[in-house]
Amino acid sequence: MGLTHPTGLKRTSAAATEPRRRRPRPGGERPNWLGGVAGWLWLAIVIVPIYWILITSFKAQSTYYATNPLAPPTEPTLGNYQMVIESDFPLYFVNSLIVTVGAVVPAVTVAFMAAYAIVRGGAHRFLRGVNSLFLMGLAIPLQATIIPIYLIIIRLRLYDSLAALILPSIAFAIPLSVLVLANFIRDVPKELFESMRLDGAGEMRTLWRLALPLTLPAVVTVTIYNALTIWNGFLLPLILTQSPDKRTLPLALWTFQGQYSVNVPAVLASVVLTTLPLLILYVVGRRQLLSGLTAGFSK
Amino acid sequence: MSAFATPARRGTPPAATREARGGVLPWLAVPALAIFVAFGVIPLVGVLFLSFTSWDGLGDIQMSGLTSWWAVLGDPGLLHALWVTLLVMAASWAVQTPISILIGVFLAGHQRYRALLAVLYFIPLLLSSAAVAIAYKALLDPNFGLGAGLHIGLLTQDWLGEPFLAFSVVIFVVSWQFIPFHSLIYQGGVRQIPRSMYEAAELDGAGRVRKFFSITLPQLKYTIITSSTLMVVGSLTFFDLIFVLTAGGPGDATRVLALDMYKRGFQANLMGPASAIAVILVLVGLALALLLRRLGGGDAGASQMEGA
Repeated sequence: MGLTHPTGLKRTSAAATEPRRRRPRPGGERPNWLGGVAGWLWLAIVIVPIYWILITSFKAQSTYYATNPLAPPTEPTLGNYQMVIESDFPLYFVNSLIVTVGAVVPAVTVAFMAAYAIVRGGAHRFLRGVNSLFLMGLAIPLQATIIPIYLIIIRLRLYDSLAALILPSIAFAIPLSVLVLANFIRDVPKELFESMRLDGAGEMRTLWRLALPLTLPAVVTVTIYNALTIWNGFLLPLILTQSPDKRTLPLALWTFQGQYSVNVPAVLASVVLTTLPLLILYVVGRRQLLSGLTAGFSK
Repeated sequence: MSAFATPARRGTPPAATREARGGVLPWLAVPALAIFVAFGVIPLVGVLFLSFTSWDGLGDIQMSGLTSWWAVLGDPGLLHALWVTLLVMAASWAVQTPISILIGVFLAGHQRYRALLAVLYFIPLLLSSAAVAIAYKALLDPNFGLGAGLHIGLLTQDWLGEPFLAFSVVIFVVSWQFIPFHSLIYQGGVRQIPRSMYEAAELDGAGRVRKFFSITLPQLKYTIITSSTLMVVGSLTFFDLIFVLTAGGPGDATRVLALDMYKRGFQANLMGPASAIAVILVLVGLALALLLRRLGGGDAGASQMEGA
């Protein structure tokens, strides 16, 4: 079952193209019409709202109600973006950045260490227990624990601070990160670990020099996935913060929408702006994220 | 595991081996364990404890026995929220699964343009649920939205004002956001099916439909279970989307358990009953996850989880 990329995916794609070239299948390659129709139809369903969000964000509020909603703006304006940027959005942006980086880096670090330990010392009773605990964590809707988390955060005197958002975010990210990373570390050939051991390398050195470089694509996948989840988080900021200057972007978006609900183009410009960093991250790490997620989940 | 490790684990391990095997490794898991216990396990136990107390979110916490539970279980609102939650779960599963499988099978082909489609499909997943809900609210506005602007009567409805329509919109938006993700999981699953199985079936003269139902679908069993588990447990947590899109309305047509918990706890300041609902939410999630694992055959599910 241990299909991973990049070697695994390359292997399958080579195997898939080879027979097609050499021997045409009996009955011929009939196109998958149903799948094709579904595929293109779904593309339209996905793209139309996104296209609408984008073009509308460049329309002036006065023309929004008067023009065809799907026609590009006749006089594109950056006014909406200017208005959003001149409000407190830069502050919320920085807050989101602090929370995301502050949670993702420690989460992936501790998850990698734990995944390494679980794979390498899987027979150890303690580590088996830790593994089961994290697997159980996957099945539990962690949002259901928000009331005790609220209580703990108050008792720690962290209420209404960015740290209040960071700590639970790390905990929520751990189970899935450990599962995916462990799946990939398990695919590192045992002989490599053995030769590291014979060279006299300790576990820390093996982790750094062998496991980490060989599973770097998985680490990137998990990092982007967690960054996505935490950047877009809504419940934690809603409950654990109060003052406007501690808001993160999704919460700011919601309050902004409440204030400017009549100015749809400005609201949509704020939607675009909050998604932009993730879009950039996605463009950069797309290949890794897509193949990593498919391999990580379809084991 | 190597041949060296097995005897060492049995008897009293020599100091050097223990150092290498058991010594450092458990410690590496401690930081992750500590933070997960502090903000995952303790809150999980805490929510059960809080369901036997009364607390307004600010003052002292007082033990109140089963008061919260009686209040919650005797409230028809809870049954309704549970019903809506199960409906959302069932409907979003029934809509997403066939489409995701279909698109996943389609994407599993190695044509270049299909890879491009996969890239575009992923975009909705980048948007926060809050952003998606806000955009759809504007898009579906009966007076100023897409339908009104294009003068299409069918699209010009009070989408969020009618109970059935609002429910359908929630299911649609959920599918819009998450079908791409599940398609990718299925794409990965389909690509792992050995080609030789298809070739054998072709030699027997099996057509495309036949191959789909007798090879692809059975071979995707574990992928279906993984995807369904993520969908079902995930559907318990559609809080932000529904909160921003409909706030549970109109009336309580889309008031799911998670929203019910939030409203009782943080708007009505009844943390005891809200905790009781949270406990129900956890139990429903665990029960469904176990059920799905059982469906996949206990052992296979376990080995799949361990990635063996």
